[in-house]
Order: sequence, then structure tokens, then C-alpha cells
Amino acid sequence: MIARRLSPTLLGVFVAGAVALAAGPRAGLLLAIGIGFGLVLEGLRFGFAGPWRAMIAERDARGLLAQLLAIALAAAAIFPLLAANPLELSPAHAPIGVGMVLGAFVFGAAMQVVMGCGSGTLVNAGSGNLIGLIALAGFVAGAFWGTLHTEFWFGLGQLPLISAQSLGGEMGGLWLTLAALALVAVGICLRAVPGKRRPPARLILAATLLAALAVANLVVSGQTWGIVYGLGLWGAKLAQAGGADLANAGFWANPANSAHLNASILTDVTSLTNIGLILGAFLVMRGRATPGAPAQPLAWKGMALVLIAGVVLGYSSRIALGCNVGAFFSGVSSGSLHGWAWFVAAFAGSALGLKLRPFVLIRPRAQGAPA
Amino acid sequence: MTPLSRPKVALIALTALTALIVWDAAASGLPDPFRFPAVIALGSGAAPTGAHCTAN
Repeated sequence: MIARRLSPTLLGVFVAGAVALAAGPRAGLLLAIGIGFGLVLEGLRFGFAGPWRAMIAERDARGLLAQLLAIALAAAAIFPLLAANPLELSPAHAPIGVGMVLGAFVFGAAMQVVMGCGSGTLVNAGSGNLIGLIALAGFVAGAFWGTLHTEFWFGLGQLPLISAQSLGGEMGGLWLTLAALALVAVGICLRAVPGKRRPPARLILAATLLAALAVANLVVSGQTWGIVYGLGLWGAKLAQAGGADLANAGFWANPANSAHLNASILTDVTSLTNIGLILGAFLVMRGRATPGAPAQPLAWKGMALVLIAGVVLGYSSRIALGCNVGAFFSGVSSGSLHGWAWFVAAFAGSALGLKLRPFVLIRPRAQGAPA
Repeated sequence: MTPLSRPKVALIALTALTALIVWDAAASGLPDPFRFPAVIALGSGAAPTGAHCTAN
């Protein structure tokens, strides 16, 4: 058992060390933080899509309450850090817009179809879930595709940037955010069935660790935890290698994005934590006595539909200005009002996605079953 | 059709990821070791240069 657990740990240390040597100690540290995210999400079974399904379908609030706890704990540290270090640390602030809300709604639906959100897709792929791996391939393509149309979607109309800090001041904004989280938690508890209102110790531990890792991510990288940018960057690099000219594509023509496109992936913060997250989930799976049953097989048509749903997931997360991590977790915990709009729209979309799931996850016919 | 085991699927994922990193390192090059950023952004005095999902 010791050998089984030691070898994945050594692999994680080796990879983080190799990245530190190749791209600098900050890169190695960010990869290690990403591994931490993967260990917590897969090891303690903390997710976003699953608890939303449980809340909508079974009125089981435990997972969703744990998410709100994680966000509140992260906010309690992130707000003061941002206030004290405005030049070195940046929040996940973005404007609410028509395209953003539409994107969040579609993302919410798609994440229920593929049974994984932004972080969930990475975790699923790393832990050996075939549906997650197929969805991840689609996510990369979709997140890149979305960057080609950002001007159109953002042109549909946006509100000025509104944040908790702009409404209540640096620390008043924190109290506003905590009060809003508490209000939502009370509403969820009222809606939940008795016995499904108290998160188990496992989820409370996971929420605490996630919040600590999110704060570490901010302190080390200077920005909040995100997922989508890195996946879009991977897609853009592959597209460029395939001959696509992105010099005049609005999003990639932006000097900051252009610099990332032409630099090593190992210099991109979200890429590093994404790689670490996949690796962390893999290490948990390998460290278990048994890796678990494989995902239920899909028919070829089902696989194609999951790939398409993955593309939709990536595309919609780009125009929604983030996924459950970048927009919801990091947006709300750093004071962005768009994080709240994202939450409402994506939750509504999830209700639709649950109805669509049986039409996408098509299982192969059992042999001998009537046609 | 027999489903692929979890270790096999994860190995495919990690192989693809490794291939992406190695290919990218060959195509884009690795960062200049003399221009590595400070280990920790907080206290470095430098503005963050990373890109986030909220970028538009």
C-alpha cells in the first residue's frame, strides 16, 4: 500500500520539479497548486455539476452549500489581499452582458450533459473517465472557437463593470458578498429536503482546502484561479500549428493574448494549474486500491454528441467570461457581480441540461436486444 | 464493446498532454531562465502578467 501511494506522490514531485527547472520556480509552484486542486476535487469527491444536479433533481443541498462555503472562505482572504495589494494582485472582475448571460446558461446546460464543469472535465479526464476525455477535447476546441467571436457576443450589450467593492467599498464589499452567500444558503436550505442540508465533514474539509489553494493561487500568480483561458490557448496553439492565421483575430491580436500565444504554455498561469489538476486527479486514481469502474460505455453516436457538447461547453464558457471556476468561484470570491449573474444563468441552464442528458449519453444496444 | 479501463483512459489523457507540452516547448521555446518571474507575485512589486478567463 505504501508503494502504491508513494509512487504517485513521487511522480507529482518529479513533474513539479521538472517544470520549475524548465520554466522557473513560480511555474513549478503553480503546477503543484494545480495538483493540489486535483487531489482535493478527485480525492474528496468535491464537484460543481453533480451537486447542482442533486439540488435540482433531489433537493439535496449538501454539495451546493459546500461550494458556497468554499467561496465564502476564499473571499474572506481574497478581499483583504486585493485591497492591500492592488498593483500586484488582480481580481476576476468582468462586466455583465447579454452574451455573458447567454453563455452561462448554455454552459450550465452543457455541463449537465457531459456530467462535468470546467474543473470537472479536467478531473474526469485525469481520473480516466472516457466521457470526460472526449468532452475535454471538445472543450479545448470550443474555448478556442469562442475567442474568434468574442467581439460579436460582447457587442450585444454590456453593463458597466460592477463589483462588490464598487458598491460597498473594499471591506464593505466583503460583507456584502458574505451576506449574499448566506442569503443564498438560507434559500437553498429552505428548498432542500430535511436531512440533506448539512454538508458532511468530507465536503467541509474539501471546501476549506479549495479555498486555501485558491488563495495560494492568487498569492503566487497574482491572479485568481481560472480554467478556460488555458484551454482556449491550447486550442489556439494547435490551430496556429495547423496553419490558422490568428494575427488579425480580434482576441489574439490583443498584445497580451498574442504574447501568450507565442510563449511557452509553461508561462501561462491557467495552463499550469490545468495541467496540475489533471495530474492530481490521475494521482488519486492511481493511489486507490482499485481505480474504479470505467465510465459506462457510449454508442458511437453518443460519443459524437459528447464531443459536440464539449465544444459547446468550451465555446459558451469563453463568451460567459469563465466557467464555474473563473466566473463563479473566482468571480464571486473576488467581488465581481458577473459571478452572481453567471451563477443564476448557469443554474437555470443546468435544469434544462438534465432534461437533455438522456438524448446525448446514448448507450450501446445490448447484444441480442431487439432493434 | 468492452469499455476502456480508467488507467488506460487516463494514460491517453496524460500522453496527449505530454505531447502538447513537448511539442509546444519545441515550437515556442522555453522561458529564458534569466527572466523568470519572482517566485511569488505578492511582494514582488510587479503587476500580474497572466491572462484570466475574464479577459475580453
